Amino acid sequence: MTALAIRGGRLVDPSAGIDAPKDILLKDGRVAEVAAPGKLKSAEGAESLDATGLVVAPGLIDIHVHLREPGQGHKETIATGTASAAMGGFTAVAAMPNTTPVNDSPEITRWMQAPERGAQVRVFPIGAATRGSKGETINDFAALKAAGAVAVTDDGKPILKDGMMREVLAAAARVGLSVIQHAEDTRMTQGASMNLGQASFRLGLRGMPPEAESSLVERDIRLVAELRDARAHLHVAHTSTAAAVAAVRQARRNGLRVTCEVAPHHFLLTEDHVGLYNTHAKMNPPLRSAADRDAMIEGILDGVVDAIATDHAPHAAHEKEVEFEHAPNGITGLETALGLCLRWLHHEWKMPLGRVLSLLSAQPAALLGLRGRGTLTVGSFADVVVFDPEKEWSYRVANTRSKSKNTPFDGWTMQGKVRWTICEGRIVYTETV
Amino acid sequence: MTQATTSARRPLTTPPAPPSRFPYNPGSLLSVQDLSLEAVSRILARATVLENQDPLQRDRILAKRRVALLFYEASTRTRTSFELAAKALGADTTLVSNLSSSIEKGETLKDTGLTLRALGAEAIILRHNSSGAPWLLEEMTHLPVLNAGDGMHEHPTQALLDLRTILAHLRPGAETVNDQTLAGVTVTITGDILHSRVARSNMLLLPRLGANVVLCGPKELLPELALSAGPGITIERDFEAALRRSQVAMMLRIQAERLAGLQLDLDEYKAAYQLTGQRLARLAPQAVVLHPGPIIRGLEITAGVADGVQSAILEQVRNGVAIRMAVVERALLAAQQEGGRA
Repeated sequence: MTALAIRGGRLVDPSAGIDAPKDILLKDGRVAEVAAPGKLKSAEGAESLDATGLVVAPGLIDIHVHLREPGQGHKETIATGTASAAMGGFTAVAAMPNTTPVNDSPEITRWMQAPERGAQVRVFPIGAATRGSKGETINDFAALKAAGAVAVTDDGKPILKDGMMREVLAAAARVGLSVIQHAEDTRMTQGASMNLGQASFRLGLRGMPPEAESSLVERDIRLVAELRDARAHLHVAHTSTAAAVAAVRQARRNGLRVTCEVAPHHFLLTEDHVGLYNTHAKMNPPLRSAADRDAMIEGILDGVVDAIATDHAPHAAHEKEVEFEHAPNGITGLETALGLCLRWLHHEWKMPLGRVLSLLSAQPAALLGLRGRGTLTVGSFADVVVFDPEKEWSYRVANTRSKSKNTPFDGWTMQGKVRWTICEGRIVYTETV
Repeated sequence: MTQATTSARRPLTTPPAPPSRFPYNPGSLLSVQDLSLEAVSRILARATVLENQDPLQRDRILAKRRVALLFYEASTRTRTSFELAAKALGADTTLVSNLSSSIEKGETLKDTGLTLRALGAEAIILRHNSSGAPWLLEEMTHLPVLNAGDGMHEHPTQALLDLRTILAHLRPGAETVNDQTLAGVTVTITGDILHSRVARSNMLLLPRLGANVVLCGPKELLPELALSAGPGITIERDFEAALRRSQVAMMLRIQAERLAGLQLDLDEYKAAYQLTGQRLARLAPQAVVLHPGPIIRGLEITAGVADGVQSAILEQVRNGVAIRMAVVERALLAAQQEGGRA
């Protein structure tokens, strides 16, 4: 493998507490050397990238994406989804199991990681917690883990039965896997297509009460507390309500292994962004009230939120061009996450750059135990994003590398443009537009 | 930019919701909120003119223009009155219903709309069981779309014909309306507010003319959230107290098809909310009784009240034809008449 030297940039590696001008040498898919500008020792013959004026950071990691393969290739494939990830600066993604069929087996887990899928960045499958995500029969977590699964979840089909969730938490803890819960008590959300609130009343749509999320988070936390000695780890996916964040905050004070992620749309948008039935503002959990959105911002700024994850959920145009209540849930997110985080968290709300990048790399890597990722210390994987932190630009979904275009952020101003994305030493994205 | 309300910190700037791009077509009537009071006045005035016009002259206004009625839900009054209204202006109409068309085979609303446009439809009147469907249809076809009731959301022509009925009784001779026209008038809407598009359109329109809208019903059918729909709206759970204040009593049907598993004790409901002759005589002997229909005699309203002297229910139906003539005319001539958005 060729060596690659990135020179002249500002290295921001929150895992190592570095924010300084540094050159970095990548060799054989690993970080070989980090040195003061012009001081790389073993860069002879290496290809060189000029990062003057640019930030060099660990490749971003998104622990919540839907790559739609196997079975839903008209929405996205592993190749197109990971190309989109690379364009957004991501070098690793964790893929949810709600595929067709559901990823509940070592065979599918391996199939997703096979070279034939054409992945541009590293794909970490997340296995289904129960057979077919039906909530009835628990899967063989040791086998899933051996095949490469990094967590288990029945994402989208939350585990409602206390006994089953307890069993899943305990079994996952025994093999050292995290349990990710899409927290939604579906008994409270039948037929609902947006947040229950002023907007849903005004629009004549059935609403999902915030309690449908928070009550399940609270239930799950009780189970984790019961399993305290087993060191069970609960990760709350796409947290969207103030009450859920409060529950996670309290659980952490109590010393429990409970983590949570927030998606950019949940810290930026509210139910008012649904406008007049914009299906590109329909997702689950739904856009909430301004108070809930503010609680997401608060949780991110004060540190209770462990990761920004996009819940990248591509859908074909014809699937979204239907009556609001019939449209599928979800929006794409891989290409807009960094630009939105830098624009809002860093630029508007003054979160230090290192902390923003940590939420997009070091912390999600730690959360799922992805060794050698989310860091640029010598010996770790050569996963790097190089971006221009000052560049303001307009996101144009027409240029997307995803198969789908279902985003509410088309035309939005972004800050920070990716110049190169490098995954395990290979340049997988170079800025073109 | 809107301001976040995070208490412990300085207010944060957050991204505002984007402005609406609707309506795409100036002839569309999607929501009562699309209409200025001037536009409401014009519709009311045209309704009167058209109603009184010689049918043989009226017949030429939209002669041979094509209007499609696209109905995904059963309807008697709305469908028939829209059809009669369009025909009275000379338009050719065609009815497409979900039960006798390719909709049954899975054709989407978008494709159905594009097909109707290709067939020459110049306007589409849509009744749909999903809230928001008219917005989708308008965005996809850019034709004038008249919302003939969408799910639990709006039914703008019903609110306009209700307004015409109210004016005829309380403000006879009123030619135009303004924000004081209904000052001092209390309209009580009673029943299944949550699932009612009629209630939403009326509660958004009538307060703009100065009316007080009182909503009445049990919590299951009338959440407190209804107060947030707009100004001029109050909630009164006690039907008799509401009735005592009312000049207009609008009764709504319990929409069994939209209850979605909600259990309701009908005997209790009747005891608390049924409009009976005895209640009416005792509490609101002068009030006008309205009901958008279909009425369920003996449930929300007794047969005696429905057929009684205070009932304007059949007047509402008649006003429906007049209002819909004006609205169909506006759909096809709006661009010329009003030079753009109402």
